[in-house]
Amino acid sequence: MTTTSAWRPQRRKTRQASRFASTLIVVLIMGLLLVFFVLPVIWLILAPTKTASELLNQPPLSFGAFSNIGLAWDHLASFENGIIFVWLKNSAVYSVGSLILTLATSIPAGYALALTRFRGRKILLTITLLVMIMPSASLVLPLFLELNRFGLIGTAWSIILPFSFFPFGVYLVYIYFSTSLPSEMLEAARIDGASEWQLFTRIALPLARPVVALVAFFSFVGNWNNFFLPYLVLPSSDQFPIQVGLNQLLSSTPSFNPVAGAGLDIQSPELALSIIIAILPVLIVFLFSQRALVSGMLAGSTKG
Amino acid sequence: MTALNTGGRLMAPTAPSPARRRTPRRRAGLAGYLFVSGYAILLVAFGIYPTLFAGYLALTNDRGQFTGLNQFVKVIQDYRFGPAFTNILVYLVMWLVILVVLTVVVAVILRSRMKPGLSSVFRFLFYIPGALAGVASVLVWMFMLDPGVSPVSGLLNALGLSTFSQVIAPQSLPVIFVFIAFWTGAGGWIVVMYGALNNIPDEILEAARVDGAGPWKSAWFIQIPMISKWIAYMTILAFAAGTQLFVEPQLLQSASLGRLNPTWSPNQLAYVLAFQFGDFNGAAAVSIFLLAIGLVGAGILVTRSGLFKAGDE
Repeated sequence: MTTTSAWRPQRRKTRQASRFASTLIVVLIMGLLLVFFVLPVIWLILAPTKTASELLNQPPLSFGAFSNIGLAWDHLASFENGIIFVWLKNSAVYSVGSLILTLATSIPAGYALALTRFRGRKILLTITLLVMIMPSASLVLPLFLELNRFGLIGTAWSIILPFSFFPFGVYLVYIYFSTSLPSEMLEAARIDGASEWQLFTRIALPLARPVVALVAFFSFVGNWNNFFLPYLVLPSSDQFPIQVGLNQLLSSTPSFNPVAGAGLDIQSPELALSIIIAILPVLIVFLFSQRALVSGMLAGSTKG
Repeated sequence: MTALNTGGRLMAPTAPSPARRRTPRRRAGLAGYLFVSGYAILLVAFGIYPTLFAGYLALTNDRGQFTGLNQFVKVIQDYRFGPAFTNILVYLVMWLVILVVLTVVVAVILRSRMKPGLSSVFRFLFYIPGALAGVASVLVWMFMLDPGVSPVSGLLNALGLSTFSQVIAPQSLPVIFVFIAFWTGAGGWIVVMYGALNNIPDEILEAARVDGAGPWKSAWFIQIPMISKWIAYMTILAFAAGTQLFVEPQLLQSASLGRLNPTWSPNQLAYVLAFQFGDFNGAAAVSIFLLAIGLVGAGILVTRSGLFKAGDE
């Protein structure tokens, strides 16, 4: 680590000036970033309160009327006979289905990698880390062909199964168990005659609650937001998750596509409302997850 | 890739070395297999098999005949290949520089220059756009970039951009994608970096202050070196994600009524090759290139930063 003795005290005058300058820089950076991060969110929340023409003519950050939200909602709900609800249901099925499979596979796997010895353990760990940093979208095309070969294209399984493969989750569980569950504890229980299954369910699982929540968070958010795979493998609109549905809404709105959207009720306010609806589940998860994110990413960083 | 194949050395920075633990009884071995079996099946089916399959496709033609490196040569010579990979490179350089510099600077400011209460409000506000990742973020930014409805239309006009199609001119695309990626991704990383800074014991910073170090010097000589592993970790994940750019250019392309290049990013090129030209072999070759770039990039960062090496060996 760097030594502190390398610094020499500065003169008072320059110090005062530089202190002012650095405060100015701090305020400037934080101010600009605050506007950058917050402004689009405020605009998005306000947009459905206005009609399409009000969006164009009134100040961008003005509030329209609550009744416009209802109007936009009606338009959205009647778009292709309420297909947006089907999209939301699909997203829920895909995300929760693969979340369950992810937890059922990654928790025991991470546990075994951390606390049991078996041949091939190291190689499995290495492959997991390798796959974790591999750009997974580049595997989507061969994945498509593979799913096609097994006749899964067009079924819910074509989304749920690939989503439930989550090496990052295995890695998190592995780190968690190898830093917070001493193997001596398991050894003691073994001597007392507990079976391997009992060790896992009675000792490891009750301790694993934080990491289960963490894996669930990353898996759910990733699944809900994934676009590429469902975009490729799902042929019909009533199977789309909401993310792909948003894409279809976009191509049906005259906001950016005057030709395709002519005569439809889906305009900018409806599109903005659909964005809010689409992200609501993830937003709710996000509101409670800030701490989980830190502990997940920094898993065990105080050790070693 | 070879740099990564160091077997057991590819460990998390904090994982205890396996040698330290006693070898449990043999039955644990069998149980271990059972515990990893579900994951192993998924790993083979959706990690290893598609990778090998992509390799097989890239080395054969559409009749399954072995063609050596012909597919690679073919896609390299494709007029869309060079621009797509140049685009992604320009984007990646801008994105990584901006991400690293700003997240670290902001995390340092939030940690050392602000009251904890205010700092947590800021972190929360920066973090929230992350919930709008994916399609939602692209749609929001389309509105932000449409001078007709944008809250910053004055700024856009001042830059000489008065219509949406002027804003999404080809030369501004990398900047736009950096904006979108930063808006959704940076907040989470700022929170993480802040957490890493928080783990630095107060005594170290106190000692630095006694020695006359100002906040910037403390940041540069103490705080940043102490979180360098996490900066490298962030860079690796952001790099891997950045090479995969697909949703953003694809959606902008469809909103531009075909004015934008449909093969702006390599993933889009692979998509167009496969689904518009039925050339799955060429598409697989593009995927292999992307995969190789992703792994080599990550490999360089991993070895340079000492990340994933068991720190307590």
